[in-house]
Amino acid sequence: MNRLRDLLPGRSGWFWLGLFAITWALSHYSWDIYKALDARWIVKYPSAYLLKAETSISAFMQWLVEDATFGLFTFRDVTRFIAALIEYPYDFVRDLLIDGFSVGLGSDAVKIAPSLSWIAVIVTLGAMGHYARDWKLAALVGGCFLYLAVFGQWDSAMVTLASVLIAVPIGAVGGLLLGILAYRVPLFEAMLRPVLDLMQTVPVFAYLVPILFLFGFGPVAALVATIIYAMPPMVRVTTVALHGVPSEIRDVGVMVGCTRRQLMWKVIVPSAAPTLMVGVNQVIMLTLNMVIIASMIGAGGLGFDVLGALRRLDIGGGIEAGLAIVVMAIALDRLSQAFATRTADLHAIDADQNLVRRHPWTSVVLLVAVSTFLLAQVSPAFQTYPQSATISTGTFWSDFMTYINVNFFDTFEAVKTAFLTYLLLPIKRFFTGIPWAWGILVMTIIGWRIGGISLALLTGILTALVAAVGLWDKAMTTVYLCGVSVLVASVIGIPLGILAAQNDMANRIVGSLIDTLQTLPSFVYLIPVVMLFRVGDFSAMIAVVLYAMAPAVRYAAHGIRNIDPQLIEAGLVSGCTPRQVLWRIKLPMAVPELLLGLNQTIMLALSMLVITALVGTRDLGQEVYIALTKANSGQGIVAGLAVAFIAICADRILSASARRARRNLGLE
Amino acid sequence: MEKPILLDCRGIWKLYGAHAEDIFSRNNGKLSADEIRTHGLVGAVRDASVQIRQGEIFVIMGLSGSGKSTLVRCLSRLIEPTGGEILFEGRDLLSMTDKEMIEIRRKKMGMVFQHFALLPHLTVLQNAAFPLEVQGVPRAEREARAREVIELVGLKGREAYYPRQLSGGQQQRVGIARSLAVEPDLWFLDEPFSALDPLIRREMQDEFLRLQGMLHKTIVFITHDFDEAIRLADHIAVMKDGEVVQIATPEELVLNPATDYVQEFTRHIPRSKVLTLRSVMTPGAPSGETAGDLQQDRRIEAVADQIEASDLPFRVLDNDGSVVGTIGRQAVIDVLIGRKVVS
Repeated sequence: MNRLRDLLPGRSGWFWLGLFAITWALSHYSWDIYKALDARWIVKYPSAYLLKAETSISAFMQWLVEDATFGLFTFRDVTRFIAALIEYPYDFVRDLLIDGFSVGLGSDAVKIAPSLSWIAVIVTLGAMGHYARDWKLAALVGGCFLYLAVFGQWDSAMVTLASVLIAVPIGAVGGLLLGILAYRVPLFEAMLRPVLDLMQTVPVFAYLVPILFLFGFGPVAALVATIIYAMPPMVRVTTVALHGVPSEIRDVGVMVGCTRRQLMWKVIVPSAAPTLMVGVNQVIMLTLNMVIIASMIGAGGLGFDVLGALRRLDIGGGIEAGLAIVVMAIALDRLSQAFATRTADLHAIDADQNLVRRHPWTSVVLLVAVSTFLLAQVSPAFQTYPQSATISTGTFWSDFMTYINVNFFDTFEAVKTAFLTYLLLPIKRFFTGIPWAWGILVMTIIGWRIGGISLALLTGILTALVAAVGLWDKAMTTVYLCGVSVLVASVIGIPLGILAAQNDMANRIVGSLIDTLQTLPSFVYLIPVVMLFRVGDFSAMIAVVLYAMAPAVRYAAHGIRNIDPQLIEAGLVSGCTPRQVLWRIKLPMAVPELLLGLNQTIMLALSMLVITALVGTRDLGQEVYIALTKANSGQGIVAGLAVAFIAICADRILSASARRARRNLGLE
Repeated sequence: MEKPILLDCRGIWKLYGAHAEDIFSRNNGKLSADEIRTHGLVGAVRDASVQIRQGEIFVIMGLSGSGKSTLVRCLSRLIEPTGGEILFEGRDLLSMTDKEMIEIRRKKMGMVFQHFALLPHLTVLQNAAFPLEVQGVPRAEREARAREVIELVGLKGREAYYPRQLSGGQQQRVGIARSLAVEPDLWFLDEPFSALDPLIRREMQDEFLRLQGMLHKTIVFITHDFDEAIRLADHIAVMKDGEVVQIATPEELVLNPATDYVQEFTRHIPRSKVLTLRSVMTPGAPSGETAGDLQQDRRIEAVADQIEASDLPFRVLDNDGSVVGTIGRQAVIDVLIGRKVVS
């Protein structure tokens, strides 16, 4: 009980204020102290005590690739085997969608069958939309892909789609099986959980480095990275979904005499299917996100177009490819969500009907595929969307951007300078000035204050490790950029969430805006930002804010909406004005949810921050990015882990505060 | 002339907590409530013994947390009891292998659940056929049987519906149909009507009695509703804090509650719904003229009008038809207005 009281303002308020004041003073005068005492270790971690993690990891990776052997086979055989396992289905899907099937190699290759025509692909997706929900969805999905054809993005889009089609089943099924294993074997779950936690906090670029090293540059490496990236959420959703099946349902299975296998596959898994489909939707969206990013290690497709455009500063091409990604993301998201909530037909299918009537969707798709194949013999336009009919918006966008830059350059520049001078730079100076030793101490104190001795140990050790590998300055830059972005995202997002919770109209608008923002692959955010503000911290911040705002809005809205209506009624009958209801009842009660939202915002911000390395930040993300370009596994993994450590510290501290807040409010 | 015992449970214990088994066996299976508490355990079921006879409705009644659901799950081995003995058809249920248990559950047991526990991805027909599907019964055969039981519970015509398209009462009818599909010998019903509205609950109780009138199953019925227990039971076991407080017929329970706790339940039960002629009649054959004959196990409620309308007393007959007593208007009125009845 004493500890609970500490959280109340008053004594504990003074404590936090004091801690901040000392930190600020040390940060501000660290250089002077160093000069006065002539103690360089204050501002710089002594190089004699650096951990040599980077070189040992690199050496280990080298050994893994060159010498490691498991007796019968070497490690290299294993990676080759995995590569082959992925390559064959991938080639098949590529043939199906883009290249067409052929036999023989090189110049001897003989084409035996063309790929699916663009019409057939669109009709297939439309049919899936109709099967999953209705004509409206069919039109949306079909329209999205028609857009890709008309606006000349078809080939790149199909390359991306092929990757998605391979990565999603592997990721979803693999995640499901691991999740089932975790559900059955509690020990396995206990071991798996920290691994999953780590995997979700290690930034995406850091995955790419060792994979690039092990699998080389190319689509297979990209797919491996994508699968590893997209699987953990499925594992998590699976365990949650299986544990969420009511115990009575399990009892039914046992009572009718199911074997273990029957119980799992006939009772528990089907009952959990709706939740599992939510996981599949996540896998699809994460896959798309990663396939785009993995263009850096050879995925090709739309992501490659964006990356190339960013490097060339080709404004038009970048926006075109970016829009194509957006369109594809929306189509895939809506489609998979519809599958998740699909309600089966009222009446079972009559087995007496003929084959076509029993499988209307499959029949239509087959019919279209065959007839376009035949028609393509007459006119190639049925096979490939005619080049002459494509519309290029590239020049339009370039002109548009030029217009904006010509007319609004000063405005944008003024905004940027104001933000930099009054917000970014002071905060940057504060964080980067903190002496590393004090930083470790402060994190330990915060951990102890909020979560007791175990949290103190965790935060202290993780912070110390970051310093010990010599990344303190870069880590503080990351913390600063992340902090600023989260601040801005919360300042914009929380009021939006509150508005959405109290107003239906606002809820619809904000809701659909946030939904769309969240479906977009993180890469896409870079395009407009770079176009408008060029490279630098400010651009990075804007991209991070856009990407990370969604949870701030969502959790705020959820927190306000879920308050016991009786509490609000009690406030109203006590004569509260609407403003008083908001400030005295709704907001205090929503604190736990707001903290969780903050936590999610930080997680998303950190993952996006690494990607903004492309627009020229100087933080840990840059370190990972450099490692990627040099294929230096040690550097990439160490910097990636440093980001993960920051994320874990933030996550543990905020979750602990949220739990405490819930307890204080009597919600637990 | 009592029916044979189908399920015989002796001294069932279920303790929750760290090292519950060890502590239990170290104390030779005897722990007082205080001892359980000092060991930091929770005694969900403590030393419960019940005998369930062929063809009877055996109701286990208790408030929430009394251990009734845990007990019934021990009886079906959905939960492994910490101690005790369960004999089903004379065989030791607790020593059976998983395989044997699967076989017994497939062939001899059925269970209905409080929240229906229908499989959401299956239609009514597929749900009812599910126990047979698990056994590998061919599709045509199991669906034919499922149609039979669906008709039996009055849901003919809704075979192709999904559970979410049905009302609560209809869903529980499906639950009942499913549990009957394998023609179980022993039928567990775990608070089957608790989640339903009062009016529907009443209707379902009638339906249940109708089914039992046709099927004559051996039934273990769990409820927290004493009225429901009185209405349906041949025998009632009242549970409190994991212990069985009293096992008796509804009538005995009302007439001779073993503890104040039981009496508290019986207080508001109209006597006429429970008492039979046997317990209110004047023993011995009537001396003078009589209005007719009545069976001794008729409930007062059922014959009150008849007795009141007549000036003369009735003769009360036992099951063999010999006269065992007399019942007159006064005795019936005593019961109806709740005057203290001496038995």
